[in-house]
Amino acid sequence: MIFKTIDKKDFNKFLEILIENNSFFAPQKIAKDKNNKPIYDLRLVNDFKEIDFNYDILKYPPRRFFLPYREAISSFEIKNSSWQQNINYETKVPRILLGLHPCDINSLNKLDKVLMLGDYPSPYYTIRRKNTFIIGMDCDPKPFCFCRSVGTHTVQHGCDMFLIDIGDRYFIEIFSNVAFDFLKKVTTKDITKKDDDEYKRIRRLKAEKFTAKIDVTDLTKILDMEFQSDVWKEWGDKCLGCGSCARVCPTCYCYGIEEKIDLKFQQAEKLKILHACTLIDFAEVAGGFNFRPERHIRLKYRYYHKHRGFVEAYEESLCVGCGRCGEACLAGITVPEVISSIRE
Amino acid sequence: MDLSLKYQDVLSDNKKIKTGGRLNRKTDLGNFEKTYKSEITGIIELTPLEKLFQIQIIDQDERERFSFKPGQFLMLEVPGFGEIPLSISSSPSRRGVVELCIRKQGRVTKFLHKMQRGASVGIKGPFGTHFPMEKFANANVLLIAGGLGLAALRSAIYYVEENRNMFKDIFIMYGTNDPNQMLFTYQYETWKKTDGIKLFTIVQNPDKKWSGRVGLITDLFNEIVIDTSNTHAIVCGPPVMFKFVCNKLNDLGIPMENMFVSLERRMHCGMGKCCRCNVGSTYTCLSGPVFDYWTVMNLKEAI
Ligand SMILES: Cc1cc2nc3c(=O)[nH]c(=O)nc-3n(C[C@H](O)[C@H](O)[C@H](O)COP(=O)(O)OP(=O)(O)OC[C@H]3O[C@@H](n4cnc5c(N)ncnc54)[C@H](O)[C@@H]3O)c2cc1C
Ligand code: SF4
Ligand code: SF4
Ligand code: FES
Repeated sequence: MIFKTIDKKDFNKFLEILIENNSFFAPQKIAKDKNNKPIYDLRLVNDFKEIDFNYDILKYPPRRFFLPYREAISSFEIKNSSWQQNINYETKVPRILLGLHPCDINSLNKLDKVLMLGDYPSPYYTIRRKNTFIIGMDCDPKPFCFCRSVGTHTVQHGCDMFLIDIGDRYFIEIFSNVAFDFLKKVTTKDITKKDDDEYKRIRRLKAEKFTAKIDVTDLTKILDMEFQSDVWKEWGDKCLGCGSCARVCPTCYCYGIEEKIDLKFQQAEKLKILHACTLIDFAEVAGGFNFRPERHIRLKYRYYHKHRGFVEAYEESLCVGCGRCGEACLAGITVPEVISSIRE
Repeated sequence: MDLSLKYQDVLSDNKKIKTGGRLNRKTDLGNFEKTYKSEITGIIELTPLEKLFQIQIIDQDERERFSFKPGQFLMLEVPGFGEIPLSISSSPSRRGVVELCIRKQGRVTKFLHKMQRGASVGIKGPFGTHFPMEKFANANVLLIAGGLGLAALRSAIYYVEENRNMFKDIFIMYGTNDPNQMLFTYQYETWKKTDGIKLFTIVQNPDKKWSGRVGLITDLFNEIVIDTSNTHAIVCGPPVMFKFVCNKLNDLGIPMENMFVSLERRMHCGMGKCCRCNVGSTYTCLSGPVFDYWTVMNLKEAI
């Protein structure tokens, strides 16, 4: 891999040009929570000054740039008994996302496996993914972060460049050719022994800061053994079946389809809307039969998909340990607690 | 200084590497959402609840390239109403023409039942795994269905009829709750008369006109003598049924790996994307709908 360092003032200049030339999204303060703490998320930036580099985490996952909550995937013009299908694969201009943390970049890598690299790659996702330039940024672990337990606290690929703050400069990991060519136009420096040491020191410090964790040893087998465990019923009694956890999860991708037709029966639209496996109708079929009628069964399934099914298919977990679901859950259900209760 | 990103035309890049031949959605990004426009060419009313729709792809080129294997399903699009998975009920040797046996249930199927000959619908597919007929060569074959399960089994029946010489003895066993639910009754005579094919039907609740067997589908096993060391079975029907049937067959000495079942789950894509058809650790639409029973036994909550 190619590493460089860049002075912060040079980097800021670099960003100014990127903002001017592209559709650019970066962390901004969007609201305050009930404790009066600011909430940050990615928003369109027109001026460098709008970027808030003090953001701690992005409240919502970057998934929506690739998998919008709701999108019209195709439409039909209906005439007499015939029709014409129009397919709306996205062709918007490319865009840049600044400030994704390792968990978020890794979440995209996991989505890639399902939506881009396997059978039947999705053009909706692939077009957006290939046309999004990602500048990742290192982070400070929060009490709910357990990415280290699932190996998603560092970035191996999946973004164009990744920044680590080393005081007055950024240490840059360059992942893509596009990023390399862009950086050629501004002043960067080759890394020195000193930068190297500083990088390692900062990484070590970060690793020590994690408090939350899960133990994934033999988890696929333990989940199988505990399939009928009463522990699931206890969690199920707490779960509201609201789907908030899936709404904030960077790797949740399940959806439903709704077709709408106008009153004149001339225009129809096919909408793809993200769903959640904890919602009651997730596995309901025509005639009213429901394969997962109870809350605890659906909640269990959520864990099975993340920590067992996906592991079997790809040898890694689908959960990136961002802790967002635990933060969002009104019933206070968190991944580390659920996993440890299953292991006991 | 200009630092603007260039747009990557993913679709045309993909076209360049696209392989020809059969409709292969696994490589062609641009065809992901495309539904092949088709015409309803005929409708046969089988029961008050089920109709058989004969459907033909309109474009000749697309029609010639469309082929499927017994047990596969397709996604039928009714613009404005929805898209639903349906087993292909017709013979795999007929290209670009499919027969779908559809039960009237919800939004899409109710509307379909009102549609007339000549109306146009869309077809995506075929999708999923198939009954591995090649593996059954030189073996006895049990084709067992309950209720609507015959819809999925029928393409396998066509296959064994058309390739009769490939197999040893063939037993078709079909059971329903009551006699008026029986599907494809007009074909029973042909099946029975085919050399080496035996048809058994049974109902649970006979009416006055019924003079055949009464009981559960598993009762039929008492009537047949087969060499279980060389027998394969396909079982289609509601989950409770194939659980009983497969366990019974296993007791008779047929390994679970030689039994094949077709699972049903809610589906919204057929391509492993929507996650709705998930069963155990896998997707019904990609790894199924046809699974061998050993695999099913190892999938959590499959049955
Ligand atoms: C592999 C497979 C093969 C099938 N083969 C047949 C067949 O040959 N004949 C037949 O009559 N039926 C078959 N079904 C069931 C058929 O798909 C449902 O009856 C149909 O989707 C109901 O749609 P609806 O709009 O009328 O009902 P609604 O209740 O209005 O359904 C709304 C949506 O939910 C989904 N859905 C509901 N029920 C099912 C279901 N049982 N399976 C999958 N998705 C569902 C569909 O996406 C549907 O559009 C099959 C299902 C699967 C999975
Ligand atoms: S786990 Fe929490 S967030 Fe998820 S559905 Fe249950 S109550 Fe809602
Ligand atoms: S911690 Fe929760 S929100 Fe984050 S990836 Fe895991 S399941 Fe999804
Ligand atoms: S039907 Fe969508 S994943 Fe199987």
